[in-house]
Amino acid sequence: MITPKPYNPRDWRSHPPYSFAAYGSSVKRGPLKRLIPLKQTLSEITGPLFADIKLEPGENDLTRNADTGREALGERIIVVGRVLDEDDKPVPNTLIEIWQANAAGRYHHPVDQHNAPLDPNFTGAGRCVTNDKGEYRYMTIKPGAYPWLNHPNAWRPAHIHLSLFGPSFVTRLVTQFFFPGDPLIPLDPIFNSVPTKSGRERLMASYAHDVTEPEFALGYRFDIVLRGRKSTPFEGPQ
Amino acid sequence: MSKQTPSQTVGPFYAIGLTRQPMNVMATDSTHGERIRVEGQVFDGDGGAIPDVMVEIWQANAYGRYNHPDDKQEKPLDATFSGWGRSGTDANCVYSFETIKPGPVPGSDDSVQAPHINVVIFARGMLVHAYTRLYFDDEAANANDPVLRSVKNKARRKTLIAARGAREGKTVYRFDIRLQGDNETVFFDM
Repeated sequence: MITPKPYNPRDWRSHPPYSFAAYGSSVKRGPLKRLIPLKQTLSEITGPLFADIKLEPGENDLTRNADTGREALGERIIVVGRVLDEDDKPVPNTLIEIWQANAAGRYHHPVDQHNAPLDPNFTGAGRCVTNDKGEYRYMTIKPGAYPWLNHPNAWRPAHIHLSLFGPSFVTRLVTQFFFPGDPLIPLDPIFNSVPTKSGRERLMASYAHDVTEPEFALGYRFDIVLRGRKSTPFEGPQ
Repeated sequence: MSKQTPSQTVGPFYAIGLTRQPMNVMATDSTHGERIRVEGQVFDGDGGAIPDVMVEIWQANAYGRYNHPDDKQEKPLDATFSGWGRSGTDANCVYSFETIKPGPVPGSDDSVQAPHINVVIFARGMLVHAYTRLYFDDEAANANDPVLRSVKNKARRKTLIAARGAREGKTVYRFDIRLQGDNETVFFDM
């Protein structure tokens, strides 16, 4: 049996540790024992592809997908980007799930008790799929900052959550991206949990004037890199 | 060569984006294989069951084939079964899946892996998701499974074994996951 080519390992210089003291709730919620190395098999190299998924029209427009017939409040933004692997090859037809706070910094979720208004025309959730070139595009409003209880006067910088699958079980990624110029970013322990400066910079969207539409919406670009495949073929013994 | 985009936590409000619709019923009446329910709780380092945790699973069909183009085995596909599911928790912090028991799949180096379900865990407070596996306590093949055997500490292997039971005539496998503590579940770097 020839095992298909495995994927590169997780790059632990790019990803946060399980336990990061400044982010209090991480301390009791991650493994403390050493992870056991697992040589990838068919179980890891395969994964859900959602090849049959049919998105409803408008799932990629969070400004209108509350289906109230009215538009969400806030600064309209268009977010574009490419999903690539570590060899810069596009990851086509991959599902991206999106969620975020509203323009006032509140999530449409019962646990969120921040004293800021909910927007009845904004659910804060959407989905899109990359095209053949790995490109995605969706429309939303810029989320607001919001307070949390991690430490005194703690505020999360504006951010949008993204969930991606890629082509295998091991390419799964949940991340969030941030907006340039936000003064809360250097104070944010979740952002700062990424161990390298270059890694933290890879969580920053950039303003994209070429994406901005005149008299309509501002453009931002955020590219995403998933684990790539090892370049050397990997075969079991005959 | 580009570097991987860093992982970040799903946060406390992932449900609006990820679990609005139930995605934990993976088997229909016509899905081939033994219908099973898989359920459990995920515990933190203080032994508390975590409410804002999300579990995703990926598994082969009843014949031991994955619904993926890289699985080129000559085994049947089952058009009613994608092999993927996702669950948040209920009011008792229990995650659950309605699925079928997977068949055995090939391992590396000509080995055969015992039937198992691939598991990934996300939660508020987890900056990086954690990978583990679920094996079934009524499978003799566990004794020769290369991944179970790779866990040198035999006592820790038990953290990967789900316990078969029954409720209202249905087969239920209980699989609790402990992120820390004396019985910390085995997690894999893969």
